[in-house]
Amino acid sequence: MTVLEAANVDFAYGRRPILHGVSLRLGAGESVGVVGESGAGKSTLLSLLLGLAAPSAGAVRFDGEPLRLRDRAAMRRFRSGVQAVFQDPYSSLDPRQRIDRIVAEPLESLGIAQGADAAARVRAALTSVGLPEDAALRYPHEFSGGQRQRIAIARATVVRPRVLVADEPVSALDVSTRTQVIDLVNELRATTGLALVMVSHDLGAVAATCERTLVLEGGRVVEEGPTARILTAPREDYTRRLISAIPRLPV
Amino acid sequence: MSVQVGERESAGAPLLSVDGLTVSAGDGAEAAELVRGISFSIAAGERVGLIGESGSGKSLTALAIAGLLPAGLTAGGSALLGGVETIGASEAELRPLRGPAIGFVFQEPLTALDPLMRVGKQIAEPLRRHRRLRGAELDRAVAESLAEVRLEDPRLARAYPHELSGGQRQRIAIAIALAARPKLLVADEPTTALDVTVQAEVLGLLDRLVAERGMGLLFISHDLAVVAQQTSRVLVLRGGEAVERGTVADLVRAPQHPYTAQLVAHARALDAALDGAADGGSAAEDDRGRDAGGDA
Repeated sequence: MTVLEAANVDFAYGRRPILHGVSLRLGAGESVGVVGESGAGKSTLLSLLLGLAAPSAGAVRFDGEPLRLRDRAAMRRFRSGVQAVFQDPYSSLDPRQRIDRIVAEPLESLGIAQGADAAARVRAALTSVGLPEDAALRYPHEFSGGQRQRIAIARATVVRPRVLVADEPVSALDVSTRTQVIDLVNELRATTGLALVMVSHDLGAVAATCERTLVLEGGRVVEEGPTARILTAPREDYTRRLISAIPRLPV
Repeated sequence: MSVQVGERESAGAPLLSVDGLTVSAGDGAEAAELVRGISFSIAAGERVGLIGESGSGKSLTALAIAGLLPAGLTAGGSALLGGVETIGASEAELRPLRGPAIGFVFQEPLTALDPLMRVGKQIAEPLRRHRRLRGAELDRAVAESLAEVRLEDPRLARAYPHELSGGQRQRIAIAIALAARPKLLVADEPTTALDVTVQAEVLGLLDRLVAERGMGLLFISHDLAVVAQQTSRVLVLRGGEAVERGTVADLVRAPQHPYTAQLVAHARALDAALDGAADGGSAAEDDRGRDAGGDA
C-alpha cells in the first residue's frame, strides 16, 4: 500500500524549472533513496514530499489523498504521519531549549500528548535512539554531532510516524559516526516498520539503508530501481559517475 | 631568508619537521593540552595524512605549524618549516613563510575567500606579493592559475565567490594557495563540504598539482578512504595524540590500535554496503532484476 507519493510533479522557482515530471512512490515500511549531485532537485523533491511547498503540476499524496497545504487539520494528520530529519544537527536543534523540550515539541504542537504522557514518550524516544536518560535535562551544545543527529531522530520518531524523510542525514558527520547513525535508522525501521525516504549525494549511505534508489539529474529521474541493481548494473553514465566517485579503501 | 633555506631543502632536508608538538588552552594549573607530543616530518614530494574525528587535534596541529592558532591557544615543542623554527616565532618571522613555504586549503572555501573581492583579484594578490608580477604579466599569470585548476573560462576571474559553485570556489582557493608556489601544501578537509562527484574532481586536481610541482602534502580528513587515496603515510589522531602511525597499506590491512581498527571497520562497512549489493547481483546474475532489492 502506498503511503507517500509524488505523482508526476513539476516545480519551478520563478521561471527556473527545478523538477520535471518526477514520480516517487513509497509503500508502507519501504525505503527509497534519492541520489544526485547538488542542484539535481533532491532537496526540492523532499520539500514537496514534506508539504513545505506545492508542486506546480502533478500531486503529492499521503494515504492516497492529495496534500492540502491550507487545510490545517489535514496537515496536522499528515505531520503526525510524516516526519523529517535534516542534514545539519547543529542548526536544526534550538540551542536555548533543553532536550526534553525539543523532543516533546511535535507531541505538543500536533496535540498528540502532553504532561506526564508526553514525558514518558520523550523518555522512550531518547532510549530508542541510544541516548542516556539524563540527556533529557541537557542542552544541544553539550552533545556531539552524532548525538545531536540522534536527538533529531528522537524528535522525529516521538510521534510514531509511518514515514521518516531524511535530507542528507549523515553527510555532516564523521565516517564512524555516520555508520552508527545509519545502524540506528536501520534498527528503528526494523523494530517499528518505519518507511524511509532518504536524500543523499552519497550512494554509500543510500546503499546501507535503502531498498530502492531513484537517480535525479537536472530535475528528472534518469534511473530508478532496486539499489542492488543500480549499483551493479547502472544503465546511465550519470549513475556510473556517481558510483565511481565514491572513495573506497584500498583492498 | 626563507628562499635561501628553501633551496637548501632540495638537498634532501625535510620541508617540515615536527617534534613533540603541543597545543594548550589557558595557562598554569588551568591549562588543557589539546595536542600532545605530535612528531612527524615531510620531505619534498612526500604525502602525509592526519586522520581523526572532529576534536582530535588534526587542524590545530596544522595551524600551530604555521603560527596560525586562534587567540588563547599556545603551541609548544618544535616545528621546523623550511629550516625555520615556527613555534614561538614572531609574526615578522612567520609572514615570509606563509605562501612560499606553506600554503593552506581549508574545508569551507566560502569562509576562506573574501566575499567582496572578485576572485581574479584574490588570485592576483599573492602573485603580486610573492612573485612580484605586475601589469600584463600579472594578468597572464592569473589566467594561467585559473587554467591550472581547470577553470578555463577567463570570465570567471571577474566573478564574486557567491556566484560560483562549491567546487569552483574550492578550485579558486587552491589557485590562491598555489600562487605563491608553496613547497608544502596543507589541505584541511578540502572536500568535506562537496558532493562526491565534485570531491572526486577536486581530489584528482590536487593530486595532479602536488605531483607536478613535487610539493609536500599534509592532508587532513576524518575520511579514511579519502586519506588513503591521497597519501602514503598516515598519523591517526585521537584526543590530541597520535595513537598510530604507518603506511596507508599497513594501517588499512593490519591496524594495531583499537581506534584505528574501528576506523577501518567503519570505512569497510560503508564499502561493504556497496559491495554487498554488488556481490548479491553478480552471484545471481539472472535474478538481478527480480529480487536484487530484497536485502540491499
